[in-house]
Amino acid sequence: MTVSASLLATAAVLCAVGGILMLTRPLTRILLGAVIAGNGINLFILSATGTAGREPLLYGVDLARVTDPLPQAIALTAIVITLATTAFLLAMAYRGHQLTGTDEVHDDLEDRRIVLRAEVLDERDELRARFRADGDRSAEARRAYRDERRRLRARLRADRALQARGRNATGDLWHDVLGADPEDYAKSAEDPQGPGPDAQNPGDTG
Amino acid sequence: MNALVPLPVLLPLCATGLSLAFGTRLKRFQRFISVAVLTAVLGLSVALMIAADRNGPLSVHLGDFAPPLGITLVADRLSGLMLTVSSAITLCVLVYSLGQGMADRDEETPVAVFHPAYLILVAGVSCTFLAGDLVNLYVGFEIMLVASFVLLTLGGTGPRIRAGSTYVIISLFSSMLFLTAIAMTYAATGTANFAQLAERLGGLPLGVQTLIQAMLLTVFAIKAAVFPLAAWLPDSYPTAPAPVTAVFAGLLTKVGVYCMLRTETLLFPGNRLGDLLMAAALASMIIGILGAVAQTDLKRLLSFTLISHIGYMVFGIGLATRQAYGGAIVYVVHHITVQTTLFLVAGLIERRSGTTELTRIGGIARAAPALAVLFFVPAMNLAGIPPLSGFIGKLGLMRAGVADGGVWAWILVAGATATSLLTLYVMAKVWNLAFWRAAPPGQAAAGTVLESDDDSDDDDAEGGPDRMAGTGDEGVRVRHQPAGLAVAATLHGHAVTTTSVLPRPMTWATAAAVALGLSFTVFAGPLTSYTDRAAAELLARTPYTQEVLGR
Repeated sequence: MTVSASLLATAAVLCAVGGILMLTRPLTRILLGAVIAGNGINLFILSATGTAGREPLLYGVDLARVTDPLPQAIALTAIVITLATTAFLLAMAYRGHQLTGTDEVHDDLEDRRIVLRAEVLDERDELRARFRADGDRSAEARRAYRDERRRLRARLRADRALQARGRNATGDLWHDVLGADPEDYAKSAEDPQGPGPDAQNPGDTG
Repeated sequence: MNALVPLPVLLPLCATGLSLAFGTRLKRFQRFISVAVLTAVLGLSVALMIAADRNGPLSVHLGDFAPPLGITLVADRLSGLMLTVSSAITLCVLVYSLGQGMADRDEETPVAVFHPAYLILVAGVSCTFLAGDLVNLYVGFEIMLVASFVLLTLGGTGPRIRAGSTYVIISLFSSMLFLTAIAMTYAATGTANFAQLAERLGGLPLGVQTLIQAMLLTVFAIKAAVFPLAAWLPDSYPTAPAPVTAVFAGLLTKVGVYCMLRTETLLFPGNRLGDLLMAAALASMIIGILGAVAQTDLKRLLSFTLISHIGYMVFGIGLATRQAYGGAIVYVVHHITVQTTLFLVAGLIERRSGTTELTRIGGIARAAPALAVLFFVPAMNLAGIPPLSGFIGKLGLMRAGVADGGVWAWILVAGATATSLLTLYVMAKVWNLAFWRAAPPGQAAAGTVLESDDDSDDDDAEGGPDRMAGTGDEGVRVRHQPAGLAVAATLHGHAVTTTSVLPRPMTWATAAAVALGLSFTVFAGPLTSYTDRAAAELLARTPYTQEVLGR
């Protein structure tokens, strides 16, 4: 079986482009990636027929020389299915945009919480080690240490509050309707005494 | 009799049309159609199972096209059994969701999309069980997936959209992989029909065979949530409505296991990747159950036990002896039933106490003894306490492992035992927290607690909540809400209002599922002899190919 090299090359390029797009975060890009990669795979399926045969006329053509129709049928089925999935993904991207202001796929809340927690615990340990090593037990140093630790706790708490709100979907209606970024939620929940959680929170950008 | 084979797919599809046409006006008619059709499918499946057991596999070539061109549907012992169990379970879950819908007055919502989507899901599942060629299997998968997308994001609330996007993307990816595998198979052999592939794949170079096998196994492992490919599952299942999670957990992953069983026996005999499968099985078992140990939310915890117990079935497939296949099939049947039941009970618990977060509930054994019994039986069944079907399945698998005697087999037997004990520990933990201890002070009536009372990072002297507004550490706060209003949990994403009297259809449907799980114990003899015959048929391969190719 010989296969057209240009067909294969096109298919490979399309799949690569689609794969790269699917690795990004916004749903619309993932959607484009899915469509492009889907087309690439359809070309792969078509290349399974081998060399192009004669035109499928009823008379005057040796039936054995006609192109195999089955891969075309499979590709058609795949195209229809991709269409349906694309429509659904579009609707979902729009709904996600309506709800959160972005169409990005967010991290699993538990994962994010674990990461943030590990980060905060690390930083706290470091802080404690520095405080112990310093040997400076003045009220000033102690207060600075306590403030630092309070800042760390505030980060965890702000994140938890954000999560709880996301879980209940009872955030600020204004933001729900207009579409705010997750950062805005954090800002609106900001504690007037402590520093804002979004300033140091790497979870929001990640 | 052969003409009955396509009906489990066609009936739900036709009923979907009726349901869409009349559903928005005639709610009762819609409910009646769904129940009637699923009952009919159950009857048909039993008939197919018995016929396939007595007279060998049944097959039908749709449109009367010969194998490489036409769509072939085949019902043999394995698919007959899977169809029967799946339709029994889908019927239970349907009745449960009807109860939930009526209790929540969901009929007032404008679009009644649940019933059509559910029927399409059933059609897709039946289609994958009956598919006689790779392309039809792919189509069955897609039917099932598109329906599951709709069901998973019912109501379109924030968490469901977030969880749904992960699920949709991973499903899309696995579909693409599957299509590529189909293209490769077709290019190599010139057919997609299972029976013809069984004859032609053996003649291919070993590398090509292994490549195709590995591609297909990867696709099915994503569907079945085998360990390295399972991260999507605990992320996406728990946010869906309880009946939806139940049917997904019970059926969709087992569809992947079924496809593995089918392709490993029919297309790739000789068990070349057995060691790899067993390593994956061990990893799923151990990592899954350790994940479950760490969880405090009941639904997430159950999702992790699901991953862990998929390992048992993959273990059976990796061993590839007649005994092992028989044990794996028993385990599939047992696990479909038990996992679905546990998720249904989780839905009932949510309805009783407003949440499934174990740190915030307690005292259910006293408050609702019936619910406690409904949980206790399947929980013990999952852990594999002797007279129950979990024990029978595990025993069959471990005996096969010991009989095999290889190093991997012994490691897996040890791993399976450890997993089983850890499952018992997890279930005991749930039982102690949710049922046995006294109700924690913040439960239901006191209003909604925003976050768990996990303050272990809070090690300063004063202790207790800081009462700083907006930081999430305000302590228990009574909101201006009806008592016990909690996280969205109904079909359409409204908040659940807790009740002390559970809706009767939901309880009865759960009880029916529990009874089905118990019936596997009562009829253990016929069941195991049936699965043994099914395993023998799978290994023989000739009954299947002869029936399809007519030789």
